[in-house]
Amino acid sequence: MSGPLLAIENLHVQFARSEDQVYAVNGVSFSIHENETLGIVGESGSGKSVMLMSSIGLLRENGKITAGTANFQGRDLLKLRPKQLEDIRGRDIGVIFQDPMTSLNPVMRIGDQIMEAMLTHQYAGRKEAFERTLHLLHEMGIPDPKARFKNYPHEFSGGMRQRIMIAIALACEPQLLIADEPTTALDVTVQMQILALLQELRRKRGMSVVMVTHDFGVATNFCDKIVVMYGGQIMEMADTDQFIRKTMHPYSLGLKRSIIEVGHRGKAIVPIPGAAKTMTQAPAGCPFAERCPYRTERCDNEVPELRKLNADHYIACHRAEEVASLAV
Amino acid sequence: MPSDPLLRVENVSKTFRTRGKKLRAVQNVSFTLEAGKTLGIVGESGSGKSTLGRMVLRLLESDKGKIVFDGVDLTELKKNKLRALRQDMQIIFQDPRASLNPTMTVRDAIEDAMAIHEIGTKASRRERVVELLERVGLPYEVQFAYPHELSGGQLQRVGIARALSLNPKLIVCDEPVSALDVSIQVQVIQLLRDLQKEFNLAYIFISHNLAVVEYLSDEVAVLYLGEVVEQAPADELFKKPTHPYTRVLLNSILKIPDSPENRQTMVSIQGEVPSPLNPPSGCAFHPRCSFATDACKTVKPERKKVSEHHIAACHLVQ
Repeated sequence: MSGPLLAIENLHVQFARSEDQVYAVNGVSFSIHENETLGIVGESGSGKSVMLMSSIGLLRENGKITAGTANFQGRDLLKLRPKQLEDIRGRDIGVIFQDPMTSLNPVMRIGDQIMEAMLTHQYAGRKEAFERTLHLLHEMGIPDPKARFKNYPHEFSGGMRQRIMIAIALACEPQLLIADEPTTALDVTVQMQILALLQELRRKRGMSVVMVTHDFGVATNFCDKIVVMYGGQIMEMADTDQFIRKTMHPYSLGLKRSIIEVGHRGKAIVPIPGAAKTMTQAPAGCPFAERCPYRTERCDNEVPELRKLNADHYIACHRAEEVASLAV
Repeated sequence: MPSDPLLRVENVSKTFRTRGKKLRAVQNVSFTLEAGKTLGIVGESGSGKSTLGRMVLRLLESDKGKIVFDGVDLTELKKNKLRALRQDMQIIFQDPRASLNPTMTVRDAIEDAMAIHEIGTKASRRERVVELLERVGLPYEVQFAYPHELSGGQLQRVGIARALSLNPKLIVCDEPVSALDVSIQVQVIQLLRDLQKEFNLAYIFISHNLAVVEYLSDEVAVLYLGEVVEQAPADELFKKPTHPYTRVLLNSILKIPDSPENRQTMVSIQGEVPSPLNPPSGCAFHPRCSFATDACKTVKPERKKVSEHHIAACHLVQ
């Protein structure tokens, strides 16, 4: 098998605030291969979104990548100029966001927006781009493509807008789709429709998908691989089946126990105590230590490395072996 | 009925008029709620669930129907009489930031609620603020903080403390945990449940999250395009979902699988929620229903009894 499609190594990102620095991403490494679906899961402030977006040049102005590499097709994305990155985004890497309204142009017909994606990247000529747009709209499940081509974003429902955004992202047939909370703002029945569509498109095109989500249910059902983040670090990384069979990190275990799901009525739910803190200093120990039931002195003073415990299962916890045996 | 329930809602409806069009937000909804109990209201966007919650408190006037709270018919009540009753009926919102004055400290915001209702002296109110903050699990210093200095979870606790300050009998909880991280959601839900027991509070718990509704509610009503399509005690509704829409909702939830074999496939349901500006004829759910017959397209289904306390509005129920 060939190497990974995208490999992120030791990525560090910081944000400058008026009085201090926020350590948003603190040494993250992972890779995604061809034909793979990877879910990056975490709560707000875990760095999941920043980590991924900064690797493709979408970082807020007060943010800075302080170390790391992001290799995509033999090139380090972090060394490219903004213009070169723009060329890759939309052509080789498609991106969709939580709220289509903020990325769609409200005063441009949606058909023109899809065509524009192909014209900008010289993927197709005008006539071909037009034909392809109609085909894409149909493929995305938007009825009556010819008529809908002329509509503006506000004339569509939230679910339909997300389909249009997917059409734009996939117009140039990228090998990789990056999806940042693509279904979070949608109702459950619409979420299901969009996920079904993404799954079908992925299979048909053989592309890879990296999905950032706060929803463990979405990640564990949709993705082949799971990365769990906390405090700007990867806590657990595993093949999804493996993760379902045996979750190992105290944070992932705590989250799984604290999620209320249908059928939990009458059952005791154990919340994770406390709340995640904004990191204003480089981590000196495990970021989860403060909320962890297995905390020892070492956890406060030594950052745990992400280490391999089994095939396809990586954990960043000093006591991973003990926790695994205790948590059965 | 042995005694009057705390709240009785009978056939309330609300239609909004926008640019000459009629938007049917809530139609003929009825339910009762006992003191100390929770009614869960679930539905997707546009189902009218928030409109219904606001009508119950008369933050929004209903077009027709009756709302009897603690023996008083709210729909008949003059505005000036309503204020005294408001103390007994509070609301907490999805975004507590939006309901707190950004220039007021937490202490002032909570004290203000009591001052408006002329409860106690300034000194006694301040004492109560300290008590309330402690009760909702916030540290003492939080009283001096401004909303922007607090996290979403902390703000929701402040919202709860403010509602509690008036010793209400009923709290309408409108998506109170939807904007919170999962690990914080559970904390807030457990707090709500503990407070319910302690103060015998009745809740109307509005949410799109079925799992949370099941967890907290005694009774659940499922809303679709402004109408209750199914209503039953929570155990029964989730064990024996009867209306096709309730089943679709339940099947759309992605649970963390307990084994790799149980990973769900993405099976999408047809169509989208129709616009409430132009609701379908007959049963509003028929264009998306895989069991729809000709009758469903033309005849509006009556509410039928599935069992003693379980109703569903579907032609297929016998």
